[in-house]
Amino acid sequence: MGKKTLMTGNEAIAEAAVQAGCRHFFGYPITPQSEIPEYLSKRFPEVGGCFLQAESEIASIYMVFGAAGAGARVMTSSSSPGISLMQEGISYISAAELPCVIVNVMRGGPGLGGIQPSQSDYFQATKGGGHGDYHVLVLAPSTVQEAADLMMEAFDLADKYRNPVMILGDGFLGQMIEPVEFKRRSSTDRPARDWTITGAKGRAQNVVKSLYLKPDVLEQHNLQLHRKYQKMIKNERRVETYLTEDAQVVIVAFGMAARIAKTAIKILREKDIKAGLVRPISLFPFPYQTLEKVAEKVDKLLVVEMNLGQMIEDVKLGVCGKAAVHFYGRVGGMVPSYDEIVAEVEKIVKKKR
Amino acid sequence: MKKVFERPKSMYPVSTHYCPGCGHGIVHRLIAEVIDELGILEKTVGVAPVGCSVLLYNYLNCDMYEAAHGRAPAIATGCKRVHPELVVFTYQGDGDLASIGTAEIIHAAARGEKISTFFINNAIYGMTGGQMAPTTLIGQKTTTSPFGRTSEEAGYPLRVSEILATLDGAAYVARVAVNDPKNVIRAKKAIKKAFETQMKGLGFSLVEVLSQCPTPWKMSPSEAVKWVEEKMMPYYPLGEFKSPKEEG
Ligand SMILES: Cc1ncc(C[n+]2csc(CCOP(=O)(O)OP(=O)(O)O)c2C)c(N)n1
Ligand code: SF4
Repeated sequence: MGKKTLMTGNEAIAEAAVQAGCRHFFGYPITPQSEIPEYLSKRFPEVGGCFLQAESEIASIYMVFGAAGAGARVMTSSSSPGISLMQEGISYISAAELPCVIVNVMRGGPGLGGIQPSQSDYFQATKGGGHGDYHVLVLAPSTVQEAADLMMEAFDLADKYRNPVMILGDGFLGQMIEPVEFKRRSSTDRPARDWTITGAKGRAQNVVKSLYLKPDVLEQHNLQLHRKYQKMIKNERRVETYLTEDAQVVIVAFGMAARIAKTAIKILREKDIKAGLVRPISLFPFPYQTLEKVAEKVDKLLVVEMNLGQMIEDVKLGVCGKAAVHFYGRVGGMVPSYDEIVAEVEKIVKKKR
Repeated sequence: MKKVFERPKSMYPVSTHYCPGCGHGIVHRLIAEVIDELGILEKTVGVAPVGCSVLLYNYLNCDMYEAAHGRAPAIATGCKRVHPELVVFTYQGDGDLASIGTAEIIHAAARGEKISTFFINNAIYGMTGGQMAPTTLIGQKTTTSPFGRTSEEAGYPLRVSEILATLDGAAYVARVAVNDPKNVIRAKKAIKKAFETQMKGLGFSLVEVLSQCPTPWKMSPSEAVKWVEEKMMPYYPLGEFKSPKEEG
């Protein structure tokens, strides 16, 4: 290790999982993420892992439930329509507090949509997706290197909070080839898991469940989950700021859109427009505070997304009326070009507010 | 004095929440007795369904999961793939297994997943108050087939054991009943054989149990056991549909 290799984002995610000690994968093929299961089906036999192609995404997520409940480091990956099918299971996994990693390599929707990159599952990923009051920790990488880094960390975070962690990428990230280095081995010592299903040998029965028929007991369960989410909000906010110090206008974007925005910012600066970037890396918890601070100094923001305006709602909550929040989005698998972003920023700069 | 009858060690000393005359309690007990006899309590894992028996873990004291509706075989698969040395079983009703969970049970069987499934066929949705199940008989009245199930509207009841027995991955498939003492003894033998099939690593095993559900059937417990014999058994014949070859 410590050596750079050229890999697609999907392959890097898969290899990072192996290096983080993940030995169980359950999934169902779907474009544009199939390289993840394909890679693992080859790689797992070398390390004694278990790869299983399930009959559906519904079965996949419940196999994850079973393996996570049994104490394994486990993951699944899919793309938008498949992730929709998993939502029931993600709700159950969250309720039962099972650690696992779910990768969504997003494509355009709704419905069967298309197979080209998109960011239109932001709401689904960050606001619940399934039923009930729960949250998944959501991380959005914007380079292949970051995808590998976050993937490795995701397993530790899942263990730390006993909660699903979602890596939210898009078809662009999954398919593009970049040099990647697998920097660190994720800590092999995982937190104690005395609650797992291992056979009740020399101890009382363990039960992995989500049913609480008594309302007062379920309320306590909900409140306990809520306290956990508050802890995530306190400890796990991740955000990159780029050239915001002297900025007159700030772009807010995540994942691939943020990467394109960076190029646009360089061009804008050559044109003497001081643009900067806020790139939320954790989408739940969302870095509201960073936006609040930025809005104290800048009166114009442009949110760029590969959807028709989802993260913008969180940006507005962070900005809280202190600055104008504009939007530029492309959808359907169309990716915003840096020229389009430059033009959009130039338009905004000319506006009064 | 010699004790001739006692509570299985694998059961908690509590009374169940089931209706009088319900078959679930009998099957729980049979599973517990078999776990005791095989001495596998410390390595047995159960997966409870969504249905009247969702609280199975309040009665059996092995490690347990509580599944989502129909997904028990997928959860059991995940567990078994992590701990191949454990004995993993699912316990499922007919709505759970034969309707919402058909894909999961068929593929667990097709994969030859080394788990055992105890499938409680009571021809109705008990927990939700007596709606039509995929196993509801033609002519049977339920709250969603108030004039009796017709094949024109609702098709035909599923014979799960016969279907699963066609799959190469299924090593042991049997249908039993718990409507009289003779059948209860046979049911226990089948449950034991299912566990043994799994422990020998031979593949998937399933025991379908015709079970009485007097409350939504709107019958007394004694009418219910008669109904199992007179109405269910002709459509759902008892017997072994698939069995591993005897050794030797
Ligand atoms: C996804 C989902 N759909 C519907 C239900 C409601 N529900 C709970 S139990 C049940 C049917 C149970 O019937 P069966 O499996 O035959 O078991 P029984 O209660 O008869 O033992 C249904 C439909 C649910 N809990 N989850
Ligand atoms: S409704 Fe049927 S299955 Fe449920 S407890 Fe009553 S008798 Fe048993």
